[in-house]
Amino acid sequence: MDYRKKETTVVVSQKEISAGIFDLRVRTQAAAYCVPGQFAGIFPPSDSRMLMRPISICEANAESGEIRFVYRVAGEGTKLISALKEGDTAELLSVLGNGFPLDAAEGKKVAVMGGGIGIPPMLYTAKKLAGKTAETEIYLGYRNNDTFLASEFTPYGTVNVVSEDGSTAYKGNVLDALKERGFKPEVIFACGPMPMLRAIKRYAEEAGCIAYISLEERMACGVGACLGCVAKTVNKDEHSHVNNTRVCTEGPVFDSREVEI
Amino acid sequence: MDTRVSIAGVELKNPVMTASGTFGSGMEYGRFVDLNRLGAIVTKGVASVPWPGNPTPRVTETPSGMLNAIGLQNPGIDVFVERDLAFLKDYDVPVIVNVCGKTVEEYLEVVERLGDTSVAMLEINVSCPNVKEGAIAFGQKADALFHITEEIKKKAKQPVVMKLSPNVTDITEMAKAAEAAGADAISLINTITGMKIDVAKRKFVLANKTGGLSGPAIRPVAVRMVYQCAHAVSIPIIGMGGIATAEDALEFIMAGATAVSVGAVNFANPYATVEVIEGMERYLQDTHTETIRELIGCVDR
Repeated sequence: MDYRKKETTVVVSQKEISAGIFDLRVRTQAAAYCVPGQFAGIFPPSDSRMLMRPISICEANAESGEIRFVYRVAGEGTKLISALKEGDTAELLSVLGNGFPLDAAEGKKVAVMGGGIGIPPMLYTAKKLAGKTAETEIYLGYRNNDTFLASEFTPYGTVNVVSEDGSTAYKGNVLDALKERGFKPEVIFACGPMPMLRAIKRYAEEAGCIAYISLEERMACGVGACLGCVAKTVNKDEHSHVNNTRVCTEGPVFDSREVEI
Repeated sequence: MDTRVSIAGVELKNPVMTASGTFGSGMEYGRFVDLNRLGAIVTKGVASVPWPGNPTPRVTETPSGMLNAIGLQNPGIDVFVERDLAFLKDYDVPVIVNVCGKTVEEYLEVVERLGDTSVAMLEINVSCPNVKEGAIAFGQKADALFHITEEIKKKAKQPVVMKLSPNVTDITEMAKAAEAAGADAISLINTITGMKIDVAKRKFVLANKTGGLSGPAIRPVAVRMVYQCAHAVSIPIIGMGGIATAEDALEFIMAGATAVSVGAVNFANPYATVEVIEGMERYLQDTHTETIRELIGCVDR
């Protein structure tokens, strides 16, 4: 049930689904071993770029052997990755990190929350939660009306799309929307920008529900050796006993009560 | 074909080690490579007590390399001995422990604690550029380096390797000071201090502002320094700096290194260590070279 390799995969397709947001599909046996919330390292196709780019898994299909990544071009490395075409090869280090504990949602009222480029892993999460929960509400936060992936969430729960600039039906953030709807989740699964995750951590503490949040950090190795990507923890971390846990290995998904963000 | 080398009486089945800080204690990379294949495992730096390291961001990529300012986060010697050394006991590979400290006393505490363990050698980290106290402070002045080397040699039960910083005017002065104080070997180079600025944010990329540059970008500098040191001292040299392939490793050996370490490239290619070993074996075969030892410092012959 555990797969970890650096390998050459074949690009099945890649398209720009929104301004600067790319949808990349690659073929790899790793597809059979993924859990929502996990990520892979994609190496830019360049000899002078040595580090992988940690990118969350948007979908993985064991039957077709495909992993789908939806990511934003943020710099030279992701720009090079975005130029990959069908039939090209892509160097992949996978499967990395721990996913969302889906069993914690069994029979519960669940909120799936994504913000910006934190939305793609939540699609995979919502899909895998289908049929497990008592109720699933999905909250997706965007900057404007460029609501990439939103329509794909429809089969998996009640979808609430919000935007910072009010160009969608609801102006505000995902938590505002949740509170306004009066939804009282028992479990939250979330990925998004740090201010959103901080707010969700606070909300969960006040409301007495459990929030699992996926953190992002700059990484080098992706496998727990370099100690580059740490997050502050409430208790002593398992590796170094210094309240700095490895996002790549102990995370990226954490119970919000465990991390100081 | 013979890839064996020996450093201060420690026999290595081949000259390829891991560079400190890039391989943990081997646990994480044991899933990618057979640790028994390695010439030696050099662990991440360990101090007398746990060190939390620096704030994040701690790493960033640069052309053909990376900057890091981890700040030597480590669990301290107690956990290290109980967990990491216990893990490594199951492997047939010499272990070299990288030792760090803020004061001479802190280094000595770790050195003494390791005295009755199966550790093969000690590598003394007097060259980490990312911590405020200790480390590099001992590695940038020849008299300070001499002093700490001498103190460690008095207490060490294993051979002592002093790891040198390239952030000095003349690295051969450091090599000579280490040798004069009784070091059994030297390793070089640690990272080169660098800086990266995010122009969009008008801020430093790393929380520590500066970081240590590693990766193929620094290789020519490292090869040059190994060559210079090989001419300055007669103790063995462990060479490192951006080694990605067997050819890279052979450059260091031909410049005068007895062994080499694969470092940051492990992050780019977790199979790099064993690929370097296999490439080295192929080179010996293809060139009808009987032993790797013939190649040490061969550029001058």
